[in-house]
Amino acid sequence: MLYPELLGTYGDGGNGLVLLERARRRGIEASLSSVTMRDAVPDADVYLLGGGEDGPQRLASDLLLGSDFLQRVANGAHVVAVCAGLQLLGRTFSVEGNDECAGLGLVDAVTHRGAVRSVGELAVQVGERLLVGFENHGGRTTLGDGVAALGTVVKGRANDGLVDGYRSERVWATYAHGPVLAMNPWFADEIVSTVLGRELAPLETAADLLYRLRCEVLTGG
Amino acid sequence: MATGRTPRENLAIFALRTVNWLSRITRRGSGTVAGGHVGLRIAPNLLAVLARGRTIIVVSGTNGKTTTTALCAAGWGGQVTTNATGANMPAGHVAALAGSTSQRVVLEVDEAWLSEVIDAAKPRVAILLNLSRDQLDRANEVRQMAERWRGTLGRGDREMVVVANANDPLVVYAALDAPRVRWCDVATSWTGDSQSCPRCTQPLEHSASGWSCSCALAKPVDLTTTLGRDLVVGGECAALELSIPGEYNRANAAMAATALKEVGVDLAESLARMRSVTGVAGRYTVRSWRGRHVRLLLAKNPAGFGALLSMVPSEPVDVWVAINANVADGRDPSWLYDVAFEELAGHVVWCLGSRRLDLATRLDYARVNYRIVNDFSDLPTTATPVDLLANYTAFQEWMARSRPC
Repeated sequence: MLYPELLGTYGDGGNGLVLLERARRRGIEASLSSVTMRDAVPDADVYLLGGGEDGPQRLASDLLLGSDFLQRVANGAHVVAVCAGLQLLGRTFSVEGNDECAGLGLVDAVTHRGAVRSVGELAVQVGERLLVGFENHGGRTTLGDGVAALGTVVKGRANDGLVDGYRSERVWATYAHGPVLAMNPWFADEIVSTVLGRELAPLETAADLLYRLRCEVLTGG
Repeated sequence: MATGRTPRENLAIFALRTVNWLSRITRRGSGTVAGGHVGLRIAPNLLAVLARGRTIIVVSGTNGKTTTTALCAAGWGGQVTTNATGANMPAGHVAALAGSTSQRVVLEVDEAWLSEVIDAAKPRVAILLNLSRDQLDRANEVRQMAERWRGTLGRGDREMVVVANANDPLVVYAALDAPRVRWCDVATSWTGDSQSCPRCTQPLEHSASGWSCSCALAKPVDLTTTLGRDLVVGGECAALELSIPGEYNRANAAMAATALKEVGVDLAESLARMRSVTGVAGRYTVRSWRGRHVRLLLAKNPAGFGALLSMVPSEPVDVWVAINANVADGRDPSWLYDVAFEELAGHVVWCLGSRRLDLATRLDYARVNYRIVNDFSDLPTTATPVDLLANYTAFQEWMARSRPC
């Protein structure tokens, strides 16, 4: 989990806990470390980036640019990025007073300030599944040609009212808080399974009930 | 009191009182905010008009506003006007002021309205308790709030005294340029929003004695108030004993006493009077529900919830927790993951409220025993009072559902 003190405004720290618990309950050895601004970016199988405010987002982006993060991703690490995390992996993003802040350029995406803030329930169709959460951001994200979105918006605004986030071989990015991996157990399992490169045994948790309820509420039936 | 008012202002006050009177006799509401809106519509300057000539203390911050307002009013003594619980925006303020003629006024002020209220009401003292993440779907971002406070407090023409929490970097940043500040060294347990500097975003260094940043923003050293076992305000020492629980309420009382001293109230006398506060709008009080005794505890955000968890006894007990996500609560319950529910390990938590499944999921991942209560008849009977931790509208529901013992 990278810089939770900068990118942890909306409970996104829960995503790390969820991955850890869902792996451990299946007997998979796993550990979670919080990397603070004072630490070097350590080796990991998956990095988590959460949401945050303008100043901290910019600082996190600068810190990552000066770290081994991109090298480690190039070497095979995975990334789950939410909101500000999603924006700073792109080419540029927008903060108060600067509309073209340099991002990490890991993904061909640019984010500008939207006309209005997007605040509310979010539902995204990802393949056969629905992803549910809550968005709260002022960005409008445009994906480059050849960059696949994570899914299509069913409710809410996400990138641009049409699609949410992006998905590449080793990166999942979404505007959904919730935290998103707590609300969507299937999504957490897809990440664990992809990182490990194997199928997972089924796991029953309270999150299954929560996910079913939120799907019903957000799709109005 | 009608000195120097225009006919329009008098009409506004008359309309406000009439609407509130009608609201009360028709039992449509408690009659506070509706009349205030009508009055402000007729005379937008009504708050300034009603505030003229009175001694006003305002209380703002993310947590502890209502309790601190109650402590301040009790500590002042005599007839003190305050706004009703929850009515902490201008409509509630004008309703409170129109309903009384007392000179002494304590107003609880929503963080987002602080600038407007200070400009209009010209308070003698402003108490700034703390700033942390709260209902981000509405207020968006806590640093922006600190910037807005800073803009209004830093104006050089202010006569007002600011009583500010020296241990909260966001509050210090907001109050730093205020002409007259009384810094209070009181405990703040929540540091989740003060890891990076509010001025320059660099990491803050925290130590036992304080906090500082490489940009030189640091905990102020010219402290007016320090709180240990005793309370010291401006060199004067007094014992601080309250009837309500919680270390954070001692901090609230210390800041209230500091403000009262600024308006000429003796320290020992104000603290003695604060002891009469035993519950604030139902909070901390034990109430009766279906043959059980339930102690109602309110928390609205991670900082408040963290403070409440520290009050749950360490031996294994049942704890009831009720979580809603209505507009007044903030519609996004993600904040549950910012609360260290792991501390409840060993207890059994009964999950209530419209977002009980969000809570159950949080507890499941925290490895805390939980029960989802879909039907109240599932709740166990208890020999001893059970603690019920609830967020805002869930608390109101349980207040309505239960009776005083």
